[in-house]
Amino acid sequence: MTELIARRSVLYLVGAVITGLPVTLARAEDDPWPGLHQDVFRNRPISEEDGLVTLEAPVRAEDAALVPLTVKIDRDKASAPLTLTLLIDKNPAPVAATFFFGEGSGEIVLSTRVRIDAYSNVRAVVETSAGTLHMTTRYVKASGGCSAPAQKDAELADAELGQMQLRQFDGGLPASTSREAQLMIRHPNYSGMQMNQLTGYYIPAKFITDVEVKRGDALVFRMEGGISLSADPNIRFTFRTTGPGDVLTVAAKDTDGRVLRGSWPVKSGKES
Amino acid sequence: MLQKRMTATLLPSRPDLRASLRRYLRVVFGMLCLTLALPGGESGPVSPAAAQTTPVVLPLSVTEIAPGVFVHQGAYALFAPSNRGDIANLSFVIGRDAVAVIDTGGSLAIGQALRAAIRTVTDKPIRYVINTHMHPDHLFGNAAFVDDRPEFIGHHKLARALAARAERYLALNAQWLGPDAFAGTRLIVPTRSVENRSVIDLGERELILEAQPTAHTDNDLTIQDTASGTLFLGDLLFMRHVPVLDGSIRGWLALISRLEQVAAARVVPGHGPPVAAWPEAVQPQKQYLQRISSDVRRMIKEGRSITEAAATVGLSEKEAWLLFDEFNARNVTAAFAELEWE
Repeated sequence: MTELIARRSVLYLVGAVITGLPVTLARAEDDPWPGLHQDVFRNRPISEEDGLVTLEAPVRAEDAALVPLTVKIDRDKASAPLTLTLLIDKNPAPVAATFFFGEGSGEIVLSTRVRIDAYSNVRAVVETSAGTLHMTTRYVKASGGCSAPAQKDAELADAELGQMQLRQFDGGLPASTSREAQLMIRHPNYSGMQMNQLTGYYIPAKFITDVEVKRGDALVFRMEGGISLSADPNIRFTFRTTGPGDVLTVAAKDTDGRVLRGSWPVKSGKES
Repeated sequence: MLQKRMTATLLPSRPDLRASLRRYLRVVFGMLCLTLALPGGESGPVSPAAAQTTPVVLPLSVTEIAPGVFVHQGAYALFAPSNRGDIANLSFVIGRDAVAVIDTGGSLAIGQALRAAIRTVTDKPIRYVINTHMHPDHLFGNAAFVDDRPEFIGHHKLARALAARAERYLALNAQWLGPDAFAGTRLIVPTRSVENRSVIDLGERELILEAQPTAHTDNDLTIQDTASGTLFLGDLLFMRHVPVLDGSIRGWLALISRLEQVAAARVVPGHGPPVAAWPEAVQPQKQYLQRISSDVRRMIKEGRSITEAAATVGLSEKEAWLLFDEFNARNVTAAFAELEWE
């Protein structure tokens, strides 16, 4: 990163000298957002902090390799379907994940856990079907999350790879058809920045790239994820039920082409 | 096809970014290779680090808790320039023929001060430097003993645990200690590993080293001095300093139950007073870990989130511990991520 920044600085400097403008290096170095705005959203206008999307994140992360984020999208303000992109400005791969919501999604409340490599802005950007972009930003103090070992217990990492669990929770509002569930996938989600503890070489990146959750044939969400998601990817989400007999199916893929599948009948009543 | 697109989206999005990440990794790896150089590979009698240091090294204060068994009590504190990483208990045991050091402190400077303390008591050769586990406050003083050419001994998982963390540990400790206190500090990895159980002979005095299953970390080693009946527990035992979970809460509680059955005339905690009675010493820690584990299990069962748990679990234990706010929420986070898979 430092090299990139240095190179950019030189470009800015050269540009400044040629154009005779004052040199404002500090801003260019400190803030990766203008570049991300260009690369990820092609500089389209983004409405900030307008209440459509809210993001809950710790001010100081207890564990930089496991930072919980919760996003809420106000459905009344957003026309479906929509996408949600989670970005961590200072991470080596700033786009942590993109979620595409389908007709099976309810009121959208989504939690996941991410790695944060340096004190950084964390952003949730929503695109509505009307094509408008909405963003909320939180600053999180955490560092070293991408190179921290995937598991505290080294042996567990590979032994249980691929296990999936789906937990279901009581929806809360009795009248609501919106329910909540939590998908847990045992996967080290190697970032490519961790050492192999036996060889001392870097472990190649190996991570969950795709997760698709459906209720029957209806898409709840599809996620494209990267190395910024924590080990053992964990997504807590809401979905809409249609009544008894609903089944949630999950298909997940990793960079090795490994496909994980599971299905769970939707429970009525209490979480189990 | 899908995979290719994914990689393009989710790895750094521009080729120049990706190239710079690769370069960054190469540079970091290069630095690590230097850092991890084995002590055996040193050339010449004096290491550059030792040559740089100031001529006068003030010895650490030590207490003789049993004949030939000395302990220096570390501060109840986080790494800071003012304490130079002197925040863990450090011990040495003197036999007829040789000295064994158990943990060396959080910087080269503290390792040197520990060595100076040993030399005020004995001139016998320092043949063994034992690390109870991977945390920097227990082993970043190892470099001070390189010239003694001891065996550096640790749990069989210690070397790989350090390989995975060295870069982060060195960077963080340099940041926390500042350039003066961190000067010359480097990582010295074990030259001998304990698979299961190992005995070292200091002359009319044996130390029994046991590699423990995952508990405080996945590389905890206990040391029992047969001559005095002293048991060195490293960070398997915290007293006053809130316990820090970096392994497995289930494993730790299970190990405590087993260790409680071990007969020991006295124990030395990794953090706390220099000496304590066994098994009484472990009861507060056991209560804390049990509380965390039962509250976290209950919250998982109730469908509460990891964020809610981190904010509330364990608060009733706060008054019993020092540094509670620094570590409790992190302990809860780690326990939650472990226990939700039950």
